[in-house]
Amino acid sequence: MSENNPFPNENNTGHFWDDNLRELSNDPPGWWRIGFHASWIFCIIYFILYPALPTLSGYTTGTLGWTQVGEYNEDLAAIDQVRSKWEDQINDPNVTAAMIVADDELRNYTIRSAKVLFGDYCSACHGAGGAGNAAMSVSESGYPVLADDDWLYGGTIEQIQTTITNGRKGIMTPYGARLSAEEIDDLAQHVVALSEGGEHAAGKALFMEPTKGGCFACHGMDAKGMSALGSANLTDVVWRFSPGGLESARHTITHGVNGELMDPQSRNAVMPAFGPLGKNLSEGTIKKLAVYVHQLGGGQ
Amino acid sequence: MSQEQDQHNLVVEELYAESHEWHVNAGEETIHAKRIQGKFRTLKWLAAATWVLFFIGPYMRWNGDQAILFDIPGRQYHIFDLTILPQDVWMLSLVLLFFAILLAVVTTLFGRVYCGFFCFQTIWVDAFTWIEGKLEGAPGKRRKLDKAPLTLNKFWIKAQKHFAWLLISAFTGLSFVAWFTDAFQLWVDYMTLSASATEWGTLALFTAGTYILAGFLREQTCLWLCPYARIQAVMLDRESLIPTYDFNRGEPRGRLSKGETVEGNGDCIDCNQCVAVCPTGVDIRGGLDEGCITCALCIDACDLVMDKIHKPRGLIRYESIDALEGKHVPPLMKRSRVLVYIIIMTLAFGGIIYGLLNISGLEIKVLHERQPLYVMLSNGSIQNKYELKILNKTHDDMYVTVTTGGLDGVELIGAEEPFLARPGKVTPYTVYLRLPRREMDGSSLSVYFQLQGVEQPELRSTYESMFLGPR
Repeated sequence: MSENNPFPNENNTGHFWDDNLRELSNDPPGWWRIGFHASWIFCIIYFILYPALPTLSGYTTGTLGWTQVGEYNEDLAAIDQVRSKWEDQINDPNVTAAMIVADDELRNYTIRSAKVLFGDYCSACHGAGGAGNAAMSVSESGYPVLADDDWLYGGTIEQIQTTITNGRKGIMTPYGARLSAEEIDDLAQHVVALSEGGEHAAGKALFMEPTKGGCFACHGMDAKGMSALGSANLTDVVWRFSPGGLESARHTITHGVNGELMDPQSRNAVMPAFGPLGKNLSEGTIKKLAVYVHQLGGGQ
Repeated sequence: MSQEQDQHNLVVEELYAESHEWHVNAGEETIHAKRIQGKFRTLKWLAAATWVLFFIGPYMRWNGDQAILFDIPGRQYHIFDLTILPQDVWMLSLVLLFFAILLAVVTTLFGRVYCGFFCFQTIWVDAFTWIEGKLEGAPGKRRKLDKAPLTLNKFWIKAQKHFAWLLISAFTGLSFVAWFTDAFQLWVDYMTLSASATEWGTLALFTAGTYILAGFLREQTCLWLCPYARIQAVMLDRESLIPTYDFNRGEPRGRLSKGETVEGNGDCIDCNQCVAVCPTGVDIRGGLDEGCITCALCIDACDLVMDKIHKPRGLIRYESIDALEGKHVPPLMKRSRVLVYIIIMTLAFGGIIYGLLNISGLEIKVLHERQPLYVMLSNGSIQNKYELKILNKTHDDMYVTVTTGGLDGVELIGAEEPFLARPGKVTPYTVYLRLPRREMDGSSLSVYFQLQGVEQPELRSTYESMFLGPR
């Protein structure tokens, strides 16, 4: 083709279309060449400094020693550094949970940081935000609401901390074998009446009679419960075993609570220990959880 | 055959002649514009002088603090006595709207006034070329110097120029940073090499940016980089007053012969002065040009020439295209675009004024707890939990009381003592509302919280929230 090139003094490639449309072989523009050379130089420097090439037994590590997980750990350490101002106080054995509650800044920090812990350890049973988990039927037990002011084992910060550390397992005897069906029904009606501010005469008699119900031994003469035993306050409107009402009360009285050796249908109401006897959470973590639960809405 | 060839060549030649007319300078030739005195030249200096504020602004003090400080890390703007927090950012959008429409209305009326007189690119280029002129001489000398081989003398002249440019660029960068941090401390930090990485980085970016954009890219920035140049070009219409060449009077143009206009020629004597002074290298006689920043320097140049040849001024003047073509131009207030723009501007301005007047030193926001939405208490009443976010925009600690209203029989728990609100911060507090079960007559009731300063009772804020319970 080049023998009949109509543009002989031009650096074209000898490819023509439509008489004069042709391909030239000019040098690329200067800016383009600068960019090209800068790019490959950058690549080489990058390959030297950073992990880059796979080898048979691993990879080239680069002279900077940079790794992704290293950077991640540095970031974590930086966050811990920021948090240590409060974490150190919380983990100090001389700082009690009550002191944390009393300090505005420390309390706010603790509540925010314990939200995640509560999600990890508590909300599976007690629900997000301590909303509780209601039973779906009379024979189920459900899990207590932590945001209300009704506490089986006491609602002071110390009592909550003890509950979390050691766990709880209250016992109520099954009465199904000891009382007749009518007697159980009378007792159940009395329990319902108590929560509505009244009482049921026949039920009350059974409640106070040591050889029959003898309920006062645990629930107290005034039926308001005892936090040392974890016996429920029967006079308030909050039911430990939801949905509450006659059916629930009858079931609880008949089968008892945590009495599975005597009655297989007994209610199961166990709070596991999170201290050294159980999950073995650190003292600081338990303090945080205690403060969080105390601040949910019903702490005393 | 040969006649056909001739015909063909003629057509091609015409095409090339036209393409020369449409020649676009993409940066391969440096424009050395001539400087002359004139009305618009003076106006340009005056407009440029407003940028002095940019340099001295950060050093203004107000009650012992920097008068205007855009504290980005602290998430607050200080403008004299006013503190603007992120919560007030809606006003910023109105400010932006106001200036966007101001740009539109000015452009509709008078063309690219912003480009020609106020834009930092135009003004910094103007300053840089002024220095170039002082050191290298008139445009002719400059072109010659550019072409001349590198000698010690040329190197010395160029070195001085670039040093001056870099000095201005660095000062520009420093002044920019000074709006965002304490200006005096910034000088100390730079001088002792202890400024933060952000401060060094911003300084480097703005120094390099100013040096390259104003020193080298110049009119190429307006042609190919700047989006506003393109946006403003479409805001013009045929009624806008812009620097225009009066072709009725000027054409056909021709050189003077023995000091006199040749019979039949117009007033334009083709002296090319209007092109020589143009900072973007435009020939205004070609009509409205995308490169024209309407700086009006060609008007100065043409008027000077008209005076010399004893012809009336205004061959190039501020005129609309419709007026030149003899069409009717409606007065300002009868143009729909102007009216619409003015309405939008008034609304935006009114919003800003409303915001500034109602900016309170104290603000409350209430978050209703969602898990659980409500709790039944032992005595049968319903409890709702709320998180109060108390924002104190003043500079001092403040004690505030919280009260509630709008819901009969409700009891507020946890707000017995006044709350401490830390300055410039949102302080959270938790409170509870309790309502006896019998008072609930729906699953959702409305309630409001009111916040009031203990020592400054004029500072108050109210927030509407909900009280939820079982149906």
